[in-house]
Amino acid sequence: MNWTFFHKLGSPKWFYHLSGKWLPWLGTLAALSMIAGLVWGLLFAPPDYLQGNSYRIIFLHVPTAFLASAVYLMMAGAAVVTLVWKVKLADVALQCMAPIGSSFCLLALITGAIWGKPTWGTWWVWDARLTSMLILLFLYFGVIALRGAIRSATTAAKACAVLTLVGVVNIPIIKFSVEWWNTLHQGATLTLTEKPAMAVQMLWPLLISILGFYLFFGAVLVLRMRIEILNRERRTRWVQKLVADEMGV
Amino acid sequence: MNPVRRQRLLLVLLLLAGVATAIALALFALNENINHYFSPNQMANGEAPIGKTIRGGGIVVPESVERDPDSLTVTFLIETGGAEVEVEYTGILPDLFREGQGIVGTGKLDNNRRFIADELLAKHDENYMPPEVQKAIDEAHATPGQSAGSVGVSG
Repeated sequence: MNWTFFHKLGSPKWFYHLSGKWLPWLGTLAALSMIAGLVWGLLFAPPDYLQGNSYRIIFLHVPTAFLASAVYLMMAGAAVVTLVWKVKLADVALQCMAPIGSSFCLLALITGAIWGKPTWGTWWVWDARLTSMLILLFLYFGVIALRGAIRSATTAAKACAVLTLVGVVNIPIIKFSVEWWNTLHQGATLTLTEKPAMAVQMLWPLLISILGFYLFFGAVLVLRMRIEILNRERRTRWVQKLVADEMGV
Repeated sequence: MNPVRRQRLLLVLLLLAGVATAIALALFALNENINHYFSPNQMANGEAPIGKTIRGGGIVVPESVERDPDSLTVTFLIETGGAEVEVEYTGILPDLFREGQGIVGTGKLDNNRRFIADELLAKHDENYMPPEVQKAIDEAHATPGQSAGSVGVSG
């Protein structure tokens, strides 16, 4: 197998140039699928037989909650690469993913509370799903704060990677909390193994919305990583040349 | 893979295994406390304390709901496949309260193991469908032999 592509992708300079070409595509596709999924879901999908229109927040809640967990898993992957292979770009990714993931996590908690009030009758309960999700938010905050607290970049990279890995045990707990314990939160609607417990007219907008949020995450991540690469590599010749060209010097 | 990286990868895996074991043991030890509520089986078997404030939950048994004509008191049975427990609640029921749907209440078990709830929350399931589909399913149940339509619905 030819690994050249990956080795080149691991170099910040190559990533910067390649990602510049991806970004417009990612951004456009993200905007299109988010708009399509949300408009379809919020305006055109049929109401639920039990919850009426209040179930429609699912088109925001499920994608954000998916992303909150998925981004953490990606951070854990980046943490392993940082610790074992010492790829600089993996640490850039880890640093840039944390704020995005924490935003998704916060949104999932807020939309969940807004959904909980009319359906369950309460904004918040301390059941296993909600509590483990709150712990995920604090893990994100921890990773962000740890980076800010350590001055040396290499030490910070290592510390954040270890903390991310320690926290990753929370992800299966979030996933299976609704099966292992009695929770107020309902079970999973979308699973890989079973037929979705949702009518097709609601399922399609939900899937498109999830895809849109993933693409949005990709676009924001690439954007942040490009800025972070420029910041970290500001003393290298290629960045200085790039800036000089941009300024028209 | 070169030996240094192999060793670092092993260390990472060891760290993960260690943390996972520690958390698994902690969760196993706390298992009962993490459950948000007692199931009807636990309440009927005496696993739930009597006279203490607890949470209990289950599926409302169809056709078991009885309303007191003079007050807001409602009694009904809950179950999750097994024992049935009688619940008594005085107050306004949540909008989503339905026979066949879940509820979680806060309250006390009396000496006859009836659950006297002060607060009721509705627990909905993970199935979503348009009202027409639910109607079609209900009709199909009422007159067996008719199909409920070919929409991706389970349960």
